Amino acid sequence: MSELLKVDNLIKNFGGLTAVSDVTMHLNSNELVALIGPNGAGKTTLFNLLTGVITPSSGSVVLAGKEGTFPLNNKKAYQIAKLGLSRTFQNIRLFKEMTVLDNVLIAMTSRYKEGFVSSILRFPSYYRTEREMKEEAIKLLKIFSLDQQTETLAKNLPYGIQRRLEIVRALSTKPQILFLDEPAAGMNPEETADLTRLIIEVQKEFHITVLLIEHDMSLVMQVAQRIYVLDHGSLLAEGSPKEIQQNPAVIKAYLGEEA
Amino acid sequence: MKANLKTNAIWLGLMIAGYYLMNTLILVGVINSFIENMLVTIGINIILAVGLNLIIGFAGQFSLGHAGFMAIGAYASAIITNSINSPIGFYISMGVGVVLAIVIALVVGIPTLRLRGDYLAIATMGAAEIIRIIINNLKITNGAAGMFNIPQFADWATVYIMMCLTTIVIVNFIHSRGGRAVMSVREDEIAAEAMGINVFKWKLAAFVLGASTAAISGSLHASFLQTIAPNDFNIMSSISILIIVVLGGVGSITGTFVAATVLGVIDTILQNFGTLRMVIYAVALILIMIFKPSGILGTWELSFSRILKRIKVKRGVSE
Repeated sequence: MSELLKVDNLIKNFGGLTAVSDVTMHLNSNELVALIGPNGAGKTTLFNLLTGVITPSSGSVVLAGKEGTFPLNNKKAYQIAKLGLSRTFQNIRLFKEMTVLDNVLIAMTSRYKEGFVSSILRFPSYYRTEREMKEEAIKLLKIFSLDQQTETLAKNLPYGIQRRLEIVRALSTKPQILFLDEPAAGMNPEETADLTRLIIEVQKEFHITVLLIEHDMSLVMQVAQRIYVLDHGSLLAEGSPKEIQQNPAVIKAYLGEEA
Repeated sequence: MKANLKTNAIWLGLMIAGYYLMNTLILVGVINSFIENMLVTIGINIILAVGLNLIIGFAGQFSLGHAGFMAIGAYASAIITNSINSPIGFYISMGVGVVLAIVIALVVGIPTLRLRGDYLAIATMGAAEIIRIIINNLKITNGAAGMFNIPQFADWATVYIMMCLTTIVIVNFIHSRGGRAVMSVREDEIAAEAMGINVFKWKLAAFVLGASTAAISGSLHASFLQTIAPNDFNIMSSISILIIVVLGGVGSITGTFVAATVLGVIDTILQNFGTLRMVIYAVALILIMIFKPSGILGTWELSFSRILKRIKVKRGVSE
């Protein structure tokens, strides 16, 4: 297994508050890693740092993908996305007023090239690109059994399906690494079970690395191969689900000091 | 592919039919010069409002400086056709106006499009005012007095054809990869960015495209009316374009056409009422805002491909 993403001594300060302090971690290729920690531990901040939504105060993030090695610090979010890091959001951020199909097509924008002039004058290449994009999108939607709802507006989908569409949208950028920010938030046990299967399936089917933030421990313990625990912005522990379950520091962080 | 061809043919047929209908009506004498004037004004307003709708309705960027870009086109045409007094000169001037508008839109857009909502509106309004004041103080533009006796090369047919062309460009842009990117910016900038979309680039693209069509309408305006003054392009004219967009439906090109036509007709009918016209105008707007805040048509679009599909489905059922 090779290291795909390397994070070294990553620090983020918001004024006097250190949201992420000195985090060093790595993701191997084809690995499913979970990131857990109590509320306010800095998990989402770490996600935002890795995907370029906010820039780190110091430290480095390096992607060693198939196309070479790229430092990700100081890159804009869209550049990082183009390099193969895709994500979903804790509070769903779909393009609400647009159809399911459009949501997926938008995520493909940067992978297809069609010039301004040829789309204005409707050259045959325009129709070809549009058709190819649509075929690929429908293929992807079919895998997630969303192909019957291609023309539905995203805002009209049920909550669980919206979460699923967000994953489809993230996958349609053809990522090497997929970041899932609390995918099971607000789901009932049945939906969570569905999602658990889905995540495992996605990771196998698309041969990608998944980093998952989740509070639902049943999900985490089922899918994760490795777990990082974050508390007060710094890494508390790292290890297999079993090791983490027995780690006294982790138990202390979650349940408090033993009386 | 076949369906695409069919809808394109229907649109083209509709445009040609519209042209011949108006031509015949003018020949027969149903449309006199008074009504022709109204139609040209409507046409120019449609070009302006479709461009502004791209910026506001599709890219979600609240720009209040559209009249500034119109002024650039108008003055480019006025100055150039005064020295090259021929139709070729007019089209050259239109091209120059568009290029100038693109350059100025880039200069204005690069700093201001980083702002959002009200701030962007104020910044673009300021930019348009700067353009107007510069024109007001230059010798070549004849200052506040404006320019007279501009050679007339634009008649209703030129306006009609340019209206069709600019609308085709903008509608085709909206229905392409770029248009979807622009709409994703309106929906959620953070999500768009995370999906690999260069938010700033697409915002700027929509802004520049809208500005360039405004310059075209300015050229037509100058050449048809033959008289322009800096005050024709003040904040009120930016707002009247905005009114068309809001009234028709933010995000509906069909709505923009309907609103521009309705307002143009109302404006002409109410001309005899003098100041009362503004009151009726305002009341109409307030009523729309109360009873249909999303505009006359909301985001609804006339789409022949959808109609054809529906007919096909119906036929399939009856068989």
